[in-house]
Amino acid sequence: MPKTLLLVGTRKGAFLLESDADRRDWNLRGPYCEAWQVYHAVHDAVTGAIYAAAASEWHGSAVWRSNDLGETWTHSSEGISYGEDSERKISKASTLAARNGRVLVGVEAPGIFESKDGGETFSLLTTLAGQPGSEAWDDPANQPPGHLGISAIAFDKENDSRFWAIVQGVGLFETTDDATSWTPRNRGLRADWPRPHEEVGFCVHKVVRSDDKRLYQQNHVGMHRSDDDGHTWTEITEGLPTEFGFAAAAHPHDRDTFYVVPLAPLHGRTMPDGKATVWQTKDAGSSWKPLRKGLPQEGAHLGVLREAMAIDTYDVPGLYFGTSTGQLFASNDEGGSWSAIASYLPPISSVEVAILD
Amino acid sequence: MADLHLPGTLTPLFPGLPRRLDIEAATVGGAIEELERRWPGLFDRLCEPGPSLRTHIHVYVDRERASLATPLEARSRVDVIAAISGG
Repeated sequence: MPKTLLLVGTRKGAFLLESDADRRDWNLRGPYCEAWQVYHAVHDAVTGAIYAAAASEWHGSAVWRSNDLGETWTHSSEGISYGEDSERKISKASTLAARNGRVLVGVEAPGIFESKDGGETFSLLTTLAGQPGSEAWDDPANQPPGHLGISAIAFDKENDSRFWAIVQGVGLFETTDDATSWTPRNRGLRADWPRPHEEVGFCVHKVVRSDDKRLYQQNHVGMHRSDDDGHTWTEITEGLPTEFGFAAAAHPHDRDTFYVVPLAPLHGRTMPDGKATVWQTKDAGSSWKPLRKGLPQEGAHLGVLREAMAIDTYDVPGLYFGTSTGQLFASNDEGGSWSAIASYLPPISSVEVAILD
Repeated sequence: MADLHLPGTLTPLFPGLPRRLDIEAATVGGAIEELERRWPGLFDRLCEPGPSLRTHIHVYVDRERASLATPLEARSRVDVIAAISGG
């Protein structure tokens, strides 16, 4: 029987939760990574390794890895540096993507490092230099508190040389030649602020791939969908309670079904009216339905960050989201009903799920 | 030999690294480089590119605040402190 593994990054280390394919009872382990702040933890399905992008206020940034499902851990930052003479400093390892033993690490100040030896050593892959306005990305005046730099990296499903990267507060970029060149993919997105460059200046929070051509995006201002691989975007916010949110998940077997967690905009950034709700579309964003069964509906002022929702690939997929106050909710029926599977974790940054045969 | 004391946040990161050890070095930076030789990766945990000590890593030599360039005497006591911060 397959095992279901949840990887949870928190402000005080990484946690793992295990269940079987029924996904009803969960066993919690952790904290790992010496309780460093873990921004994102992922699992490489091919090698079985777990990686965690982390930063310590005292000891800097590193990528932790475990080759035995969390029993033992080691860490490395070898090569994760812009150099002794560079003015660019790395404040954190923000995000990860692992594929076939190759690990990509997004960092702040914005750049992507790669490891080809299972996370033992790293080298600089790209800074996306030359993109419009990139000379100003490091200006502190352009960086919000907690700036992540590269806030997400997403591989194409088939082609390892093709992936997308989000530069926080700048936009989405695509490479098809393994980061040799990049193209902004932000056409059609909304931005309610002046932008000096037509192609960039968008606040892309989360992008998920639905199928070969379709992408969904939760933006600072609105939900969007692309049916042409990110070349153009159409807003699909209508019907949602707010335009703001971070987390998003695409159904693995139905290209029209997609999940999002709208949050109050401005500085609150918690679920509206204190009612914990995941919203679902089953028609590619033409209409939206609230999913609330089993979620707290009173006094639940919960926030969910951009990497803190995941969906598995079972025939009936399970959904998972973690909150910035340490609750972890799970559904084993596509969001139809929910239960809290951990209630007292540190603030949750990321949730990923893996199915282990 | 300098008498080197390390913070408790550091030792779990490197198997076999003790909280206290004797080390032969001419400067604080030299002592950390010697630690790096024995426990690869340790330099990054205490120093930033430049190099300089990380913001919240403080070093004292015989109770005086020190930098990487601070010289060590044969019987110097070196305290590496993870400064109290955060929550």
